[in-house]
Amino acid sequence: MAAAVGVASGADVPSKLKLYSYFRSSCSFRVRIALNLKGLEYEYVPVNLLKGEQFGAEFSKVNPINYVPALADGDFVISDSFAILMYLEEKYPQHHPLLPSDLRKRAINYQAANIVSSSIQPLQNLYVLKFIEEKVGPSEPLAWVQYHIGRGFSALEKVLADHAGKYATGDEVCLADVFLAPQIYAAVKRFNVDMSQYPILSKLHEAYSEIPAFHDAMPENQPDAPEPQA
Amino acid sequence: MDMDTHNQSSCSWRVRFALNLKGISYEYKAVDLRKEEQYTAEFEKLNPMYFVPVLVDGDTMVSDSFAILLAASIISSSVQPLQMLNLLKYIEEKAGPEERLSWARYVIERGFQALEKLLENVATRYATGDEVCLADVFLAPQIGASTLRFQIDMVKFPTLRRIHESYKTLPEYTASLPESQPDATI
Repeated sequence: MAAAVGVASGADVPSKLKLYSYFRSSCSFRVRIALNLKGLEYEYVPVNLLKGEQFGAEFSKVNPINYVPALADGDFVISDSFAILMYLEEKYPQHHPLLPSDLRKRAINYQAANIVSSSIQPLQNLYVLKFIEEKVGPSEPLAWVQYHIGRGFSALEKVLADHAGKYATGDEVCLADVFLAPQIYAAVKRFNVDMSQYPILSKLHEAYSEIPAFHDAMPENQPDAPEPQA
Repeated sequence: MDMDTHNQSSCSWRVRFALNLKGISYEYKAVDLRKEEQYTAEFEKLNPMYFVPVLVDGDTMVSDSFAILLAASIISSSVQPLQMLNLLKYIEEKAGPEERLSWARYVIERGFQALEKLLENVATRYATGDEVCLADVFLAPQIGASTLRFQIDMVKFPTLRRIHESYKTLPEYTASLPESQPDATI
């Protein structure tokens, strides 16, 4: 890559952001969307969760709590998608701000984001599903996930009813959309959720598929996505 | 400002602690989770997820302690949701009472190991220094509930144990304890 021309001597050339990500991880998907929306370049470093690479010696050095995604900004490493997103939002507030200035709309964004990140996604996490499969039975995980997604989606339909426009809380893409897109994607692609009961979320799913920042962040478009089977 | 809440709820506890720290007075409205009062049509209007706490500020209703407070996401997304009552009930029903306890301990200890690593070099009197901050608001109820309900051995988590001792000296903390709430049962 060519060095930047015209950089003043003595000025720090900022090192590139590094994102430790797994193609299918819903939480990683959120951060990829936000980085794309904000037009931030980053180096993609894959961590294969199925192979347990998050517990390997190398990644443990980067992130001792073994969580994916993790963002490295120079020598500062932060994990947990919510924390990463708030860090990016506060560090790059001019780049496609994700939070509306209206306090109440902002609160709705946090609420929708947190319904996804606390009340839906953790319950469809790999090790939870494995535990249920082992201790209860092979058909149980899908019923479990569909139940929790259904509960969360019903709530989201009500929370967003008075606020949704083109996107979740109006006509601009905001924090809520960054959380909703990967969750709806997982519900549709991985867990066969019947979306006919969720008209607002169905409409949002369509809208997101047309945004390049979201499209480029999709699991199948990541460097570590497996080759599609013929 | 009204807060609809249950004294035992870890998430409600966070908000009580924060409101106390900020010196914001509120009217406490009890929702008995054990009697499933969160499933009434009335409460559903406040929060369609049927979760407490809900903060009502004039005609704005905000639920989810994270939406109210913002941050400390490790606890709120990676620990607390997996030790929720309905989830533990499910595990106990399907796999037995021993599995229930060992699952809760696994989830909590996993989270505590992460938090211990995160905080061991930054914590002094409190989680990130000598002032109580947002992380403490999330940590206090999590540690409190974990030691009380799941008998987690805190010897393995010296930093968390130390800051927990610091919380106990704060009047805002003792005022926020489950047993100090109007709906506490003896």
